[in-house]
Amino acid sequence: MLDIFSYPFMQRALLAAFFTGLAAPAVGTYIVQRRLALLGDGIGHVAVTGVALGLLTGIAPTWTAVTVAVLGAVLIEIIRERGHTNGDVALALLFYGGLAGGVLLTGLGGQSAARLQEYLFGSITTISVGDVWITMAFAAVVILVGVGLAPQLFAVAQDEEFARVAGLNVRAYNLLVAVLAAVSVTIAMRTVGLLLVSALMVVPVATSQQLTRSFRTTLGAAMVLGMVASVGGLSLSALAPAGTRVAPGSTIVLLSLAGFVITWPLGAWLRRRHLRSTPFPALPPDGTTTPHDAAEHPHDHGPDCGHAAIPHGDHVDYVHDGHRHAPHEQHYDEH
Amino acid sequence: MPVTPLHLTDGAVAIGGRPVLRGIDLRVESGEFVALMGANGSGKTTLVRALTGLRPLTSGTLELFGTDLRHFHDWQRVGYVPQRLGAATGVPASVWEVVASGRLTRRRLLRPLSRADRTAIKDALEVVDLADRARDGVSQLSGGQQQRVLIARALAGEPELLFLDEPTAGVDLPNQLALTAALGELASRGATIVLVAHELGPLAGLVGRAVVMRDGRVAYDGAPLADHQVHDPRFAEPHLHHHHTDGHALRHDHSPHVSSPLEGGR
Repeated sequence: MLDIFSYPFMQRALLAAFFTGLAAPAVGTYIVQRRLALLGDGIGHVAVTGVALGLLTGIAPTWTAVTVAVLGAVLIEIIRERGHTNGDVALALLFYGGLAGGVLLTGLGGQSAARLQEYLFGSITTISVGDVWITMAFAAVVILVGVGLAPQLFAVAQDEEFARVAGLNVRAYNLLVAVLAAVSVTIAMRTVGLLLVSALMVVPVATSQQLTRSFRTTLGAAMVLGMVASVGGLSLSALAPAGTRVAPGSTIVLLSLAGFVITWPLGAWLRRRHLRSTPFPALPPDGTTTPHDAAEHPHDHGPDCGHAAIPHGDHVDYVHDGHRHAPHEQHYDEH
Repeated sequence: MPVTPLHLTDGAVAIGGRPVLRGIDLRVESGEFVALMGANGSGKTTLVRALTGLRPLTSGTLELFGTDLRHFHDWQRVGYVPQRLGAATGVPASVWEVVASGRLTRRRLLRPLSRADRTAIKDALEVVDLADRARDGVSQLSGGQQQRVLIARALAGEPELLFLDEPTAGVDLPNQLALTAALGELASRGATIVLVAHELGPLAGLVGRAVVMRDGRVAYDGAPLADHQVHDPRFAEPHLHHHHTDGHALRHDHSPHVSSPLEGGR
């Protein structure tokens, strides 16, 4: 059963999946940070027209798709920058225009819908040697820029106005992220398909931020998660029972989502635990705490008294009646 | 004689065609601690945004360190502390990372942090007394602590001229005191500080000069005033109802700013 991995087409597919899985979350992190999680989806829709243009003219769809996607991404970024009230409507117009244009062009070219479907839902196993090289080159550029310029891109996405006063060219960096997103969409379209591209950019980030507190670990973990989901999803689809055809795009995205479903409760628990252990703000010097008489409490707090124990500096507090008790001589201090 | 850090001549700002600031002359000398005060909607936040180049002047000239704003590139000499942390971002960021981003003005592309960078970041965190929270996510801090993070971010760039937009708004007293200590430390190192404040509170002891705005103009410029004097009828908005209708710029000035620092818009 495992000999499927010895076929050259499968090895090419695994390589492409590996690089795509690393690159997509590298850009996706900045996109999520700027609350533009659906940007990848929008670019994916626009890229459909690019693919159809390639099918119509006979130029390799990868090149027409990357061109149209970059143009679309720049246009989206300009609309977003100028956008006041109708920004999202303008974006929607662009998305659906791109999708409809692609379907129309494919029809005009006399191409069967199946050909377009390869790009809509991915067909990683038909990827050619040349495409693997292009995918690896583009992915390398995306990763190098996304990681190398991380301090600048982080600052711009975190606080645009501060970045501007710091002398950074905010518009150039925003355009750069849009272009990187377009490039990732194009390389991911062979793997997961244009309609699922956004998932590979966003879901690993959503998963990793459940457990992280800093930007760099979120970025790194998202890239690893994206890579694991791509390679794992592809392998799963290859191992599907004989007689069934499972599109790798679907297993990749579902595996990625499964990661989120598993980590989400863990993240929620960690956040709750953190909230509970956060010390109350320091009281002003004169605001002394009111000690509790131990007589109010029939038992001594201890490891198994049933009250939540919270390490607090050099002692342990016990949550009791909405406040925290620290044993002190014959009474409890409230912390 | 050190170069004048800030010199605005006959500055005017219009937003959406409506004049918000008119005929502003403001010259701040090196080492001064200036408070821009005034009622809501008097234009003080717009002024500080114009002074940092975030809001273009419709007329007048602005010189930073003797250079016209259009040709000014020495941004590492300028620090800016916005009213609050920008809109909640979708990805967590640690206190250290946010403060480190303030160091970008002095870093070159694709270079790792130098020893001097790390020292400056650590120093900035210590000045605002948050060194022990460096690894925590900023979203886990209280509003007042986040305000101190923003100040540390500006300090990390070691600016000579620091702008602060309402640093004490919606901040509790212990945090205001911590903030005052940080600004006092900075002022003692010789920095020039311009801050927007509705009320000075504990900062009053540091302020050396007050500029009171009224209706988009400078109504008073001189020795610091007590908080109640700023709200003297002479400085109050004379026809408030005209100016509160659709003011985009005025939106920033509405108190209270007490809402969570993470929910703010742009």
